[in-house]
Amino acid sequence: MMCASGADPDGGGTGGGDGPPGGDVAVFAALLEDSAEDLYENAPCGYLSTLLDGTIVKVNATLTTWLGRSREELVGRRRFADLLTVGGRLYHETHFAPLLTMQGEIGGVALELKAADGTRLPVLVTSLVKTGGDGQPLLIRTTITDARDRRAYEVELMRAHREVDAERERLQRLATTLQRTLLPPTLSRVPGLEVAAYYHIASADRVGGDFYDLFPLADGRWAFFLGDVCGKGVAAAAVTSLVRYTLRAATVYDPDPVAVLRNLNTVLNHEYQGDDPRFCTVIFGLISPDPGSDGPGSGPLTPDALGCTIVLAAGGHPPALLLRADGGAEFRPTPGGQLVGVIPDAHFTTSTVRLEPGGTLLLYTDGLTEARVPGSMADRFGEEALFDFAAALAPAGARAAVDAVTDLLASFGAGLDDDAAILALGVPRRSAEEAAG
Amino acid sequence: MLVSGREDGPVLLLAHGFGCDLNMWRLVVPVLEERFKVVRFDHVGAGRSDPAAWDPERYATLAGYADDVLAICAEAELRDVVFVGHSVSAMIGVLAAIREPERFAGLVLLTPSPCYIDDGDYRGGFSRADIEELLDSLDSNYLGWSAAMAPVIMGNPERPELGEELTNSFCRTDPKMARVFAHTTFLSDNRADLAEVGTPTLVIQCRHDAIAPPEVGRFVHERIPGSRMVTLDATGHCPQLSAPEATAEAIVDFASRR
Repeated sequence: MMCASGADPDGGGTGGGDGPPGGDVAVFAALLEDSAEDLYENAPCGYLSTLLDGTIVKVNATLTTWLGRSREELVGRRRFADLLTVGGRLYHETHFAPLLTMQGEIGGVALELKAADGTRLPVLVTSLVKTGGDGQPLLIRTTITDARDRRAYEVELMRAHREVDAERERLQRLATTLQRTLLPPTLSRVPGLEVAAYYHIASADRVGGDFYDLFPLADGRWAFFLGDVCGKGVAAAAVTSLVRYTLRAATVYDPDPVAVLRNLNTVLNHEYQGDDPRFCTVIFGLISPDPGSDGPGSGPLTPDALGCTIVLAAGGHPPALLLRADGGAEFRPTPGGQLVGVIPDAHFTTSTVRLEPGGTLLLYTDGLTEARVPGSMADRFGEEALFDFAAALAPAGARAAVDAVTDLLASFGAGLDDDAAILALGVPRRSAEEAAG
Repeated sequence: MLVSGREDGPVLLLAHGFGCDLNMWRLVVPVLEERFKVVRFDHVGAGRSDPAAWDPERYATLAGYADDVLAICAEAELRDVVFVGHSVSAMIGVLAAIREPERFAGLVLLTPSPCYIDDGDYRGGFSRADIEELLDSLDSNYLGWSAAMAPVIMGNPERPELGEELTNSFCRTDPKMARVFAHTTFLSDNRADLAEVGTPTLVIQCRHDAIAPPEVGRFVHERIPGSRMVTLDATGHCPQLSAPEATAEAIVDFASRR
């Protein structure tokens, strides 16, 4: 309500009695008579002197009161550690005493005193080794301050801390579970093809927006897709889920790659209108058995196949990379493919890839090309470097290619800050060819 | 790992116990260095050990630490080792010597306890509740320490000033690792292993030790075939600090005969 400092301007002192009555000789006299001895005995903290082995030799009245013990019970009869709880004694022996011996002092250690009536008093303990003129340690001086409030606060803090840890763990479990539902648990085995995939999760607490899938059609052909929904977290995960199931349904309805992407574009446009547009990049492929082996468009892929044909369509997605059977690499772009979900009549084009035995098609999201190269935090890895990497790698099977890219991703370290999905499909060389080199 | 002393001398391998690091040996090392090649190391999770080597599963049993001791011996090509283990490291040495007896010429068990918890007629000195209380003690103390210590231990090069603000320059530990080590230390029971020791063994204990009382040291001595025991007129659990001369003398006396 009002500030009680400063002298009473009237000098009259109308009641209250809080104001310092200027020139009160009695108060000054009392202050001057406060002796060192009395300060020691009745200090607002406990004082304790012990021998180097902890035996108590001197203790002040404050501490004997806290402990509920007489001076006679303590001096010469007990060690400092005897005043502590058992846990505190263990801590004293394993931490406090060794550190005090090595450093000559130790401060602010939280311990609990055990009083005669069994109650516990949380305290903070500071000790100092007093040395003689020759530097030899003589005794240990200890001050003990009441820490009940602090301990209560700490207990609360620890509880909150544990709660935060538990919540974070729960969130991560949730995110991991959700992430798993957005990816096939294992890649389907495609007869005659070697397939492999890898997913790098950038953050344990946030669901990423990358996705891929590989699945059979009723007529023996196979389809696959890989893409990246803009954004992260729960909202992006919902879009990812919609995109994945729409792509699968659209493929059943009409597997023509351009038709699949057009239908996805329509669904996204309908679903997310107005000021909440959601879009994604996708590359979609339809695998047909090699016409040379089993006749045009008929029969499933078999290990005897001489290869296969893949029709790709993509919207806004980085181009697929072909690792050629005879070495070298080439990008297989689908020019003009627009982001999926932005405009109602998005345009998509196709590109046809022949996969010979020994050839591998590599699909990736921009987490790979946008990763920052260690040592030069500004430089992105980029498509050019990826091309060189792939060219040096080829020829390589799908598993080997994904393993190599996985190692590459790991080499970026902290420079890899986004999710990255990798999918590779390759036609294995026939053993006769392998034998021939 | 620190190697000092006589390069061609017999090997003493010093292993610190729970609560500190290789600094624990600083008062006895000068004496030991006169005759021996002295090898000291920090257990994983203590001192300057590599935080990346930490694995809560591996270090949930003393066997994980014993594996490390054997790995150090193999890596540094140490032979005829006299292993000096303080506190919990005494039992780590027992396990290592059982696994690879050919590696060790002797075991010095400094204030050992094969089991800290009372069990039937066996008096370890503590109950399970006491050990929980210790873990609480650790928590409340690391609360003050962890903010300053953890970044240094975790290698935080962007904030070097943290290194200077350390409350304690010795015995640094990461709180989480210390908690696991405390569990492993105080909840282990290695009583049955003692009879398996075939390595010549010296037990060193203190007359007054709140953690490993004299009868526990005697138990270890009685169970290890052919072992010898020395009781120092010292107080506390760390005679290498409270009575360094007598401790060093006992180690030198034993190791010189190997």
